[in-house]
Amino acid sequence: MAQTLKLNLLLNLVLLLLFQLSYGTLVFGSVFVQEEEFSEELLLKPLPDRKVLSHFHFESRAPPSNTHGRHHHLFPKAISQLVTKLRIKEMELSFTQGRWRYEQWGGFDPISSNNAKPPGVELWAVFDVPQSLVDAYWKNLTHTLSGLFCASVNFLESSTAYSAPEWAFRPASGNLRYGALPREAVCTENLTPWLKLLPCRDKSGLSALMDRPSVYRGFYHSQRLHLISTESDSDGVDSGIVLEQTLTVVLQPSGWKKGKSYAGKTNMQPNWSISSIFGRKVSGKCILAKSSNVYLQLDKGLVCELKDLQKENAEYGANNSASEHSFELSVNPDKVYEEMDNLHGKSTSVMYEYSVDKYSDSQPFDLGLKWKIPVVWLNQQAPLHASRFLMGSGNERGAIAISLRSTDLSEGSGSTNAINEGCELQVDIFQVVPWYIKVYFHTLQVYVNQQRRAMADVVKKIHVSPSKDKLSPGVMEMILKLPCGVQSAALTIEFDKGFLHIDEYPPDANQGFDIPSAVVSFPNSDASMHFSQDDSLKKSPLLSKFQERSRVLSYTEVLLVPLTTPDFSMPYNVLTITCTVFALYFGSLLNVLRKRAGEEERLLKASKKTGRLSQLLSKLISKLRRRPQEPLPSSPAPSSFVSHKVIFKILVVACIAVAWQYYF
Amino acid sequence: MAGTKVQSEVPKTRQRPIVRLGVLLISHSLLVSVLCCTAGVLALLLLPVLAKNTYISENALMPGSASSMLSNQEVSEANKLIKDITSLYSKPSTAAIESRRLIAQYMSNLGAEVNYHKFHPQPNEFHPLHFFSSPDAGMIQENFSCASYGVNTVGVIRAPRGDGKEAIVLMTPYNSVNGDLQEALPLGIAYSVFSLLTQVTWLAKDIIWLVADSQYGEYAAVAAWLRDYHTPVFSDLSSLNTELCHDSSYILDLKENSNLERKISYEFRRSGTMAAALVLKVAYRNEVEDTLSIFAEASNGQMPNLDLINIVNYLAVHRQGYRVKVEKVWSLLNSKWLKILGEIFESLGKFVKSLNPDWKFGIPVAEYIEGTATLASSLYYQAIGVPTGPHGAFRDYQVDAITLEISPRVSFNNKDRRNDFLLQGGRLIEGVIRSVNNLLEKFHQSFFLYLLTSPSKFVSVGVYMIAFALLVAPLPVVAASLYAETHNLIPTSEKEKSAADDELGSVIRSWKWLNSAKRVFIVHLWGAMVSLFPYFISQIPNCTPTTNFHVWFLLSVFSLVILKWILGSPFSQLCGLQPQEEWAILKSVTISSFFIGLCLMSVINFATAEIGALLMVPTSLMAHPLKLDVRGGRFLRFSRAICNLVLGVISFPPATFFILKGMFEGYSGINAGDFWNWVESLWAWNSATYLYIGMVHLPCWILCVHVLLHPC
Repeated sequence: MAQTLKLNLLLNLVLLLLFQLSYGTLVFGSVFVQEEEFSEELLLKPLPDRKVLSHFHFESRAPPSNTHGRHHHLFPKAISQLVTKLRIKEMELSFTQGRWRYEQWGGFDPISSNNAKPPGVELWAVFDVPQSLVDAYWKNLTHTLSGLFCASVNFLESSTAYSAPEWAFRPASGNLRYGALPREAVCTENLTPWLKLLPCRDKSGLSALMDRPSVYRGFYHSQRLHLISTESDSDGVDSGIVLEQTLTVVLQPSGWKKGKSYAGKTNMQPNWSISSIFGRKVSGKCILAKSSNVYLQLDKGLVCELKDLQKENAEYGANNSASEHSFELSVNPDKVYEEMDNLHGKSTSVMYEYSVDKYSDSQPFDLGLKWKIPVVWLNQQAPLHASRFLMGSGNERGAIAISLRSTDLSEGSGSTNAINEGCELQVDIFQVVPWYIKVYFHTLQVYVNQQRRAMADVVKKIHVSPSKDKLSPGVMEMILKLPCGVQSAALTIEFDKGFLHIDEYPPDANQGFDIPSAVVSFPNSDASMHFSQDDSLKKSPLLSKFQERSRVLSYTEVLLVPLTTPDFSMPYNVLTITCTVFALYFGSLLNVLRKRAGEEERLLKASKKTGRLSQLLSKLISKLRRRPQEPLPSSPAPSSFVSHKVIFKILVVACIAVAWQYYF
Repeated sequence: MAGTKVQSEVPKTRQRPIVRLGVLLISHSLLVSVLCCTAGVLALLLLPVLAKNTYISENALMPGSASSMLSNQEVSEANKLIKDITSLYSKPSTAAIESRRLIAQYMSNLGAEVNYHKFHPQPNEFHPLHFFSSPDAGMIQENFSCASYGVNTVGVIRAPRGDGKEAIVLMTPYNSVNGDLQEALPLGIAYSVFSLLTQVTWLAKDIIWLVADSQYGEYAAVAAWLRDYHTPVFSDLSSLNTELCHDSSYILDLKENSNLERKISYEFRRSGTMAAALVLKVAYRNEVEDTLSIFAEASNGQMPNLDLINIVNYLAVHRQGYRVKVEKVWSLLNSKWLKILGEIFESLGKFVKSLNPDWKFGIPVAEYIEGTATLASSLYYQAIGVPTGPHGAFRDYQVDAITLEISPRVSFNNKDRRNDFLLQGGRLIEGVIRSVNNLLEKFHQSFFLYLLTSPSKFVSVGVYMIAFALLVAPLPVVAASLYAETHNLIPTSEKEKSAADDELGSVIRSWKWLNSAKRVFIVHLWGAMVSLFPYFISQIPNCTPTTNFHVWFLLSVFSLVILKWILGSPFSQLCGLQPQEEWAILKSVTISSFFIGLCLMSVINFATAEIGALLMVPTSLMAHPLKLDVRGGRFLRFSRAICNLVLGVISFPPATFFILKGMFEGYSGINAGDFWNWVESLWAWNSATYLYIGMVHLPCWILCVHVLLHPC
């Protein structure tokens, strides 16, 4: 009895404590982050080309260590140590496989601006250390991250692999370093350590959806880790470390067979549900998470299209019923947010929120979307579509071209742009070129609307740091000011292909060499979204992230430059020759050492006395050589000379050998 | 003789063995040249015997390791496309635009990115200054007319998880104006593969399907597309023209206002670096079996990597049951002498085998004859330096490409048969693409320099070089011996003594070759002029090839006479050379310049150098003044004169052309214009063979004739 009483008491105490704790967070959480907290969110979005975008967003926050100590309950220790040790202010690491298709999947929204990354690994970091130490800290960071994520990030250590952008990549101070490894293959061994940073890993909550085969079957896969720390900030404001982990996957809902008949011509979108795209259902939230939500976003273009369809079918009068008649959701949303367009004040994209709190193993959450009518729409595009390609052929020279093309298809925003004649579109371009691509910056040519323009007319600011052979890559940063109604613009730079030393070639040199993606950003365009209901949005890190002001950013393609490659069997030939030379050298050395001049003379004398046959032989040889028979040396006088000679020879050979050893 | 003399006279100055060997060779130059030439010809004839079986050198290719995924579903859809296209032929006025739209629509429905590529066909013209320059944008002519333009349709599949750095090109020529079922079939095959590739998960490289509008020739369409792919023009010149010409296609654009169709535009779509390209054609040639012909020769005898041919051959033979063919010289198949030669080789092989069963030498007669016929055609097509199909355009951009021409056993009207045909062709293409897709690096493992003796046998550069080297080897030896003979090769010690007597005379004598060199140089200059004449002749309007040829011939002769008149040397009399000496020195200089020319040519286009050496080396070695031979009156000398005459006729380029043409095609329909046409095709394709003929072969022939007719 006493025991149960005790237990009850204990339970009460715990409950009280818990309550107090939760109360504490409720009261102070909104004002100032006091506790470590973790939240998980999932955004689903149908894409125009019959695919589904799923965007996982996990956020962990740690309070500053100077007030709360160094021990963490939720926050990954590895990251906090990394931040404190390497004094990182901000860092982003992304692993990406596949290309983000800006034309089909959109280029204007926060996801494409922040989460569409170039193939391979991209890493940038801002350090809070003096300028002179930044490179050393960067090297440490690359090694730490490569150990942490099972990736060859450490290749970014070499000074030829990273660069220090001044202003075009991010408006940041000089402590920024940027590096990319386009060839890095991304697979589950990178995902597993990334998941380990989550408090629930992939055992429960939304991350349990990450079924490896279905995640990696996707068309685009990008895992990203972004952290901001104010830990070591000199300013008074200190909010600790914010770790943001996102996984963006574009998946093809199964059940929709491709290559349908031409005659049918149905533009029916595929029906999908969480279980059909991931093969799993959400069975409750991660208990450690503060909030766990699933969002379904309908794009601006889609909502407009649906409204148009609604107008056509005039019999449905109600405002909001358009969506209800064109598609069906298997679960009713808890909340609906509508994005407010700043300019027009009318709602555009729609966001449905589902809270996972109430679901459990017995009653899993499975959101499904069923289309009732065929619908075709276009996602919102960045002002200009950027693409980059190589020009020329052959192993000697070539040119890089960046082509910017208007995405307006003669209607819609094109007319609005035409109104303000004087307006200019600012485009920032940041391009890193490896040193063996010897770019001639003076050959930069700019074409606007298919007419060649003088550099000064278009380029407002340019910063170039030419590459140094085997030391640093070439960096080009520039700001272009283009007229708003621009249809197309192009930049070309010529380059020569350099030669590499034989040991600088990678193992698959014949594949060619990669030029990392260029970053094209539009600082005047704001990718953020604004939602009408502002009060509850603060709770959701994902939505508040969407509301943050950020510029529209897009990456261009990675380029493959075939360089001249030596015949890699050459070293074997060289080896063979070297071995021959060595054999000759040692043979002659041995010969010289072994030969005893005095002994030989004595032998010769003896033979002169006795060996008639040998004398005949020497005669014959001399005859064969067409040389008069040399009188055999009889005097012993030159023997000392010979020995000097021999010693000299040995010395010379030894010197050569020492020199050989020293220099090669 | 000279060498032994040196040794007997000067026993004290011992020369190095290599010098002694050289002296020995020079002293026996007649024997050496006879031996080397026969050995060279024999080595060439032996090549089919020495050919090795092809093997797939690059392990990553793994052809045929995966089972084919192409099913009847894709084929039935392809059949639907073929049916739709053939139904369009009933209305010929709109067939071109409609079929293009239809293909684009089909591509777009598969989820591929589609665009049209408009181009203006460029007439092949002789640009003397642009001879070796790579195709570049500056060469584009600005004055194209709006009426004549072609439109290629391009579809691009982006590899689902690939990074888009590399692409594989599949190209089907399609004549939208006067098409028939045969034109539509390659489209069907390509479509079935394309629709499969939009669904597969293993793609690592992008796939580009180019439907080339072949109404102005297949090559022109592909070359235009490749030019815009690699060297696009950003400035307004070209675009203005397309804007002006836009009206005709405006109707087409108006129609495409649906939301999906809007994606199909004229904006150029690219992918990464091209890894390989396949050109697919269908021909109906009454074959006994399903046959696949491979065409590989690109401009100037460049070949694609052997691995590409190997995988096609492997998959076609071992997976799809095709009979693979490469081009042959058909008339050689029935030749008697080849048969006799083959029998000799066969019996020799048997004899060798009886000595040691492990030694494998000799092949059956039939195989030998086939091999020789294929080798001859391989040599010929490499030598003329004109691409044998649209794949040649790719090679100009260092992309490995081949043309596959499928000819089925029965006609296509049978529906079931057509399905089988599509499935078989599709699976072959799928296999090749999958194999190339496996490739991590570009093609580099296997050979680039080879001659084919059958689809599965090849002669690599290391082997066929021997024949050429043997043929060419006597040239410097004979040149040196001729020079030595005229010089009498006075030993240095004695020469110094004699130099005291008349210093001037010896100086002049030692420089007497300079006069001949001048003459050789003038003739080479004339050769360069002769090769420039066609540029001016082609500017004359309304001329038949025959008259062109005659004009060219007359101009050449005339210019030669004028040159001789202006620059003809009075110098030879001055230095007091005997005419006997003179022709020998002239021959020696000719031979050495020819040797240099041949060696240079063998680097640029080996096959040309080989054929040139076969024709010209005996002529130049044998050349001897006829007057001397006739005067001697002995039988041997007389026969040499006759030999010289025959060789002199044979090695004259037009004569060679007509003789060969007559031998292989019959003498009935030959006229002088044919040679002009042939030469025109050479310069139109920027073939280095043209330069060789004009600047090496012809001058050498003229000089040999000059030696023959030397007045001594």
